[in-house]
Amino acid sequence: MSIEIENVNKRFGDFVAVDNVSLSLPDGQLTALLGPSGSGKTTLLRIIAGLENPDSGRIRFHGEDTTDVHVSDRGVGFVFQHYALFKHMSVFDNVAYGLTVKPRRIRPDKAEIKRRVMKLLELVQLDWTAHRLPSQLSGGQRQRIALARALAVEPKVLLLDEPFGALDAKVRAELRRWLRRLHDEIHVTSVFVTHDQEEALEVSDRVVVMNHGKVEQEGTPEEVYDHPANPFVYKFLGNVNLFHARVENGHARIGDLTLPAPEHGDARSGKGYAYVRPHEIEILAEQDASGALPATIELVSIVGPSVRLELRIENGDDLVHAELPKARFRELGLAQGGQTWIKPLTSRVFLDGETLPSAGV
Amino acid sequence: MSSLASENRAPGAAAGASGHKLAWHRATEEPAWLRRVLIGVALSFLALFLVLPLTVVIYSAFEQGLKVWYDAIVEPDAAAAIRLTLLVVVIVVPLNLVFGVVAAWAIAKFEFRGKSVLITLIDLPFAISPVVVGLIFVILLGSQGWLGPWLASHEMRIIFAVPGIILVIAFGTLPFVARELIPLMQQQGKEEEESSLTLGANGWQTFWRVTLPNVKWGLIYGVILCNARAMGEFGAVAVVSGRIRGETNTMPLHIEVLYNEYMFTAAFAVSSLLAALAIVTIAVKSFVEWNDERAQGAAGLTGLTRKTP
Repeated sequence: MSIEIENVNKRFGDFVAVDNVSLSLPDGQLTALLGPSGSGKTTLLRIIAGLENPDSGRIRFHGEDTTDVHVSDRGVGFVFQHYALFKHMSVFDNVAYGLTVKPRRIRPDKAEIKRRVMKLLELVQLDWTAHRLPSQLSGGQRQRIALARALAVEPKVLLLDEPFGALDAKVRAELRRWLRRLHDEIHVTSVFVTHDQEEALEVSDRVVVMNHGKVEQEGTPEEVYDHPANPFVYKFLGNVNLFHARVENGHARIGDLTLPAPEHGDARSGKGYAYVRPHEIEILAEQDASGALPATIELVSIVGPSVRLELRIENGDDLVHAELPKARFRELGLAQGGQTWIKPLTSRVFLDGETLPSAGV
Repeated sequence: MSSLASENRAPGAAAGASGHKLAWHRATEEPAWLRRVLIGVALSFLALFLVLPLTVVIYSAFEQGLKVWYDAIVEPDAAAAIRLTLLVVVIVVPLNLVFGVVAAWAIAKFEFRGKSVLITLIDLPFAISPVVVGLIFVILLGSQGWLGPWLASHEMRIIFAVPGIILVIAFGTLPFVARELIPLMQQQGKEEEESSLTLGANGWQTFWRVTLPNVKWGLIYGVILCNARAMGEFGAVAVVSGRIRGETNTMPLHIEVLYNEYMFTAAFAVSSLLAALAIVTIAVKSFVEWNDERAQGAAGLTGLTRKTP
């Protein structure tokens, strides 16, 4: 079931939480709402669920207007960051809850409820916990029970609010891969909110990047990562270096270095910024014929298989961060305090004052 | 689907921590003499101010035998006082139960204008002297009071009658249930209720199946405290009841009457009954707490696992 969001607005007093957002979330896909805290992503999710009313705008499920449908009748599955399991009920009763509160004439009988609950518990691989209380489970297990509970009512859409936010790094990584596989099995249209770009890129079919209540960019994880629409998306989706540049006739000049910037071919001359990701900076032992910037290595930190460098270029105020494989680092024979040359392999140039050049894909 | 190996382990890993806690405790424990002094002071204080008076009450009540005690209890005025007290409790406690739940619900789950005023107002009955409370109602509803003539013309008697007693006691015990529930409900937040709603339950089902079970013990505790105070309230009742023997005397007032008339044995006999009701109340409260702890213990809710959200 697809979800259409049309010109939705929501304010809390003076704070604009959702600012005229329109989105179309395709049927059967797993979409991530990604943004920093206060970007309005959770509010938007709660509006889709019916837990908040929009000040204006419409929400449609598969073309059917649900804006004024009460949350109880909307048929959504909602998973909270802190699980929100019913503390006083066993795991079985938690998962069965949505079935047992149905009006008597459409409520399945006891045996059927039992069958369906056990099937769901098997799906989340926790059938052995049926008679335990939520407090006897670990965080990751509780979140899987919360998911089973949400799925028990066969929701039209599944909404997850920072579902892995309260878990530690290892469980989190396991659980999000598991969610991806689960989604591939059940194919229910799902939206999940996260502030973790890695999580969004790894799990989702589509990513919607939000900031200040607005959609900054929307697309597949690859699209938004490789072709960020604006500086905000660039910065938010991973570490990035920023070089001051002069933009002229489709080229950006950083010191003696010239980078192609074909998207600004018509710009006569102006100040701009080149954004380069740490792994897109090539480290050279000596000056390159095609041009490179001299830099001093200020800090070397070896993180597992890769090496992160902090470099200072001449006349540069900010440190440049670069990342390279450990083998390459050894090959170059670099050391802290030493001299080297750096060369951006790819970059994206934005003109000074450029804010939202053609938001969208 | 591959299994989540590290996730599926039984949650017993935390058990090892108790040993550490013991070692840590030993390092910072007070010296033995100080411990004994502190415990000794606390126990002697309790003995002097709680156990001794209670013993005196019971001893004096039964000093002249069971027959005298029994006669004092079944004497018509005493019996009327006991009946009145129980009537008050039966009316006031459910009233405050409903009010407490409604007020706590409103304060914990909604944002509205005047919320802080409401929280302050709920505490007011604790802050005002009971005698003043009684006077307020006399001024408001008495025959010389603001609403007095109107009430008289409609043949309604509130002051110096049972309705007045119920009013002042309801006022005095107003905060108990709400005060117990507000922090509990605030701490629990709205998420469980919201889950219930998204799962298709209506508001009523959510209240009975999610909200109420979560605040059950706090509610029972509040009711017990409210009950104890409703039986024992003296000052405000003394002002509004008019102290008509056999009609508007509650147990505490009846005891005072007996005492003023030098009927010490009878006074102590009724006192012993009131004290017994209080003891039963405390016993029920302890049982509730014990049961609560046991329920949480059974759920594996030790101090350690409770921290996880």
